[in-house]
Amino acid sequence: MPNMQQNKTPVTEQQPQIRARNFAEVCLGYTEQEAVNEAKRCLNCKNHPCVNGCPVSVRIPEFLAKAAEGDFIGAYEIIHSTNSLPAVCGRVCPQENQCEGKCVRGIKGEPVAIGRLERFCADYAMKNPDKLTKAQKPQSNGHKVAVIGAGPSGLTCAGDLAKLGYEVTIFEAFHTAGGVLMYGIPEFRLPKAIVRREIDGLEEMGVKVMTNMVIGRVLSVDEIMADGYEAVFIGSGAGLPRFMGIEGEALVGVYSANEYLTRINLMKAYLDEYATPIKHSKVVAVVGGGNVAMDAARSAMRLGAEKVYIVYRRSLEEMPARREEVHHAMEEGIEFLVLNNPTRIIGDENGNVAGLECIKMELGQPDASGRRSPVPIEGSEFILDADTVIMAIGTSPNPLIRSTTAGIEADRRGCLIVNEQTNQTTKDGVYAGGDAVTGAATVILAMGAGKKAAASIDEYIRGKE
Amino acid sequence: MYKIMKKERLNDSTVLMEIEAPYIARKAKAGQFIIYRLDEYGERVPLTIADHDEQRGSITIIFQTIGGSTAALSMLNEGDSILDVAGPLGVATEYGDVKHVAVVGGGVGCAIAYPQAKTLFESGVEVDLIAGFRSKDIVILENEMKAVSTRFHLCTDDGTAGYHGFVTNKLKELIDGGADLDEVIAIGPVPMMKFVCKTTEPYGIKTLVSLNPIMVDGTGMCGGCRVTVDGKIKYACVDGPDFDGHKVDFDELMRRNATYKEQEKAHMCRLTGGVRNA
Repeated sequence: MPNMQQNKTPVTEQQPQIRARNFAEVCLGYTEQEAVNEAKRCLNCKNHPCVNGCPVSVRIPEFLAKAAEGDFIGAYEIIHSTNSLPAVCGRVCPQENQCEGKCVRGIKGEPVAIGRLERFCADYAMKNPDKLTKAQKPQSNGHKVAVIGAGPSGLTCAGDLAKLGYEVTIFEAFHTAGGVLMYGIPEFRLPKAIVRREIDGLEEMGVKVMTNMVIGRVLSVDEIMADGYEAVFIGSGAGLPRFMGIEGEALVGVYSANEYLTRINLMKAYLDEYATPIKHSKVVAVVGGGNVAMDAARSAMRLGAEKVYIVYRRSLEEMPARREEVHHAMEEGIEFLVLNNPTRIIGDENGNVAGLECIKMELGQPDASGRRSPVPIEGSEFILDADTVIMAIGTSPNPLIRSTTAGIEADRRGCLIVNEQTNQTTKDGVYAGGDAVTGAATVILAMGAGKKAAASIDEYIRGKE
Repeated sequence: MYKIMKKERLNDSTVLMEIEAPYIARKAKAGQFIIYRLDEYGERVPLTIADHDEQRGSITIIFQTIGGSTAALSMLNEGDSILDVAGPLGVATEYGDVKHVAVVGGGVGCAIAYPQAKTLFESGVEVDLIAGFRSKDIVILENEMKAVSTRFHLCTDDGTAGYHGFVTNKLKELIDGGADLDEVIAIGPVPMMKFVCKTTEPYGIKTLVSLNPIMVDGTGMCGGCRVTVDGKIKYACVDGPDFDGHKVDFDELMRRNATYKEQEKAHMCRLTGGVRNA
């Protein structure tokens, strides 16, 4: 009999006032008992819409059935057969728009907490490695494939190809694999040790990771192919930060969210024993309304800021960040100044940020994205006192690879053009996916693209024989 | 890991290191840089590539111990390793169709002026190399620079060696003396580059500078190295590090470079117990 409780089994979280000042994980996860109880809420309905909602097609009802029996290892192995990074997805996927968004239990009440359960099973497996069926390193099929970028799409593509026996080398520009999972998403949402362990798992399967390899500079795509790699997957992300183009953006104390978060997450500037510095601010204004803006604001709070604002030009309704992130940020004392748009950053006599001038906005007609577009209210400018401004208004793909590789085409936004069925670029044998193709999107969409590209690469190489 | 093949102290605060980095050695060109991270706790520090040797699979860096991370690097010895070295980063210097160039180096900037002069001199360009130092005892690469220049002009602020005065005075003398310069390349402390540009501007001589802003990743990802050039934001790591000096906002660059001055001091004190040489 399924558990007919209407709502999700609650999960323990660190208290907002406490967690707002530390970098430890916010959500503490289920206990075994809670996990079994929640897994039992699945009706195992006929059409399993949840699976269709998952970009990497995790066999959700099957893993939930195992979890309901308390067989968490069995559950983990089902998840892991289609998802290379379950501990990551359980934490950062927008389940509300995907699996959980389609769950029939959500029609009357709350959907099954698939995300929390995925996380629980992955964490359980990590804590009990001896219980896992020893992953067999697949027999090599003798074909070499190169993956550029060790972020979500590259890791997924590499993992899927390695499972098929390909010899995969990932070229990573940074000193650490993980991409946005390492430099972008903060420790309190996604502990770095967990990302590290997922990557270790790939290396155990035979995936080779070469760090400090900035492709386009140290090697070109053509040189990689000349070196015996039969196909290349480009998952180089969307790393180039945008600024607004307003006065004062070069003042001391203005950061891109990328820089702010990279200093904190990748370089661990929040820990005293690490050498990378970061500004310890009093009043921080974060411009933008996405998940990255929430991450930056919550990080600033954890670094000890007295006040942190989110400045967003539309209303709460239109905010692209996950509801859960907005909710967590509000609980932690972040102030939301919605319907406000920065007009200039004010500096003091030494070139430091002294304030942010904003103009109030109202919502007009829906724009191309279907969201009501904000219109400035004339004469409503005001100055927000702030010593730090963080721009979290989006990123675009880095041009380095396409500008150094003949035959790879991009659209006017700089996104690589690919065949939607195969993820092949305009160059033979070269595939791409993730933010490099879509512009800034989500971890799971990038993983889905990596998965699709892996299947296409397999077909392409087998087709050549 | 990247092994230190050779270490040489050029003066009290300047160190040369040859580092094993075969991939970088194959691609490096004058004007490009690397980013190193000493160990797990280290920050990512950009340093311009002073020389490279494809045969030996090595690159050479020359740096001054001006902060915690360079001080820590200077304590390593031959045979030790650096955890991470990424490069070659940035755009290689693009020389126009030039016949006569003045290369101006200031202090440790001479380490970068040297490969520039070498590249130009070896391709048959007439090179006036002006190298400025505070004093005689910190002069570096004198013989090397002499060997790659048509005329070598050593300058010291205190007159203890060579010409008594700043590089800008020497440069102005050359120009006023009839040197028909197609281009000036200036590499050194930001104020020096600023004043070299001020010197050449009235004469309309194109002046290239190599900028050294604060960076994190060096691949265009953080935007921390943004500089204002001709009123527009440029990222020194991917658009530079070379820029048309007459269009650079040097005052802004100096302010931005001082962002972490206080924290750097505290870091140095932890590292050296309060003693600071530089």
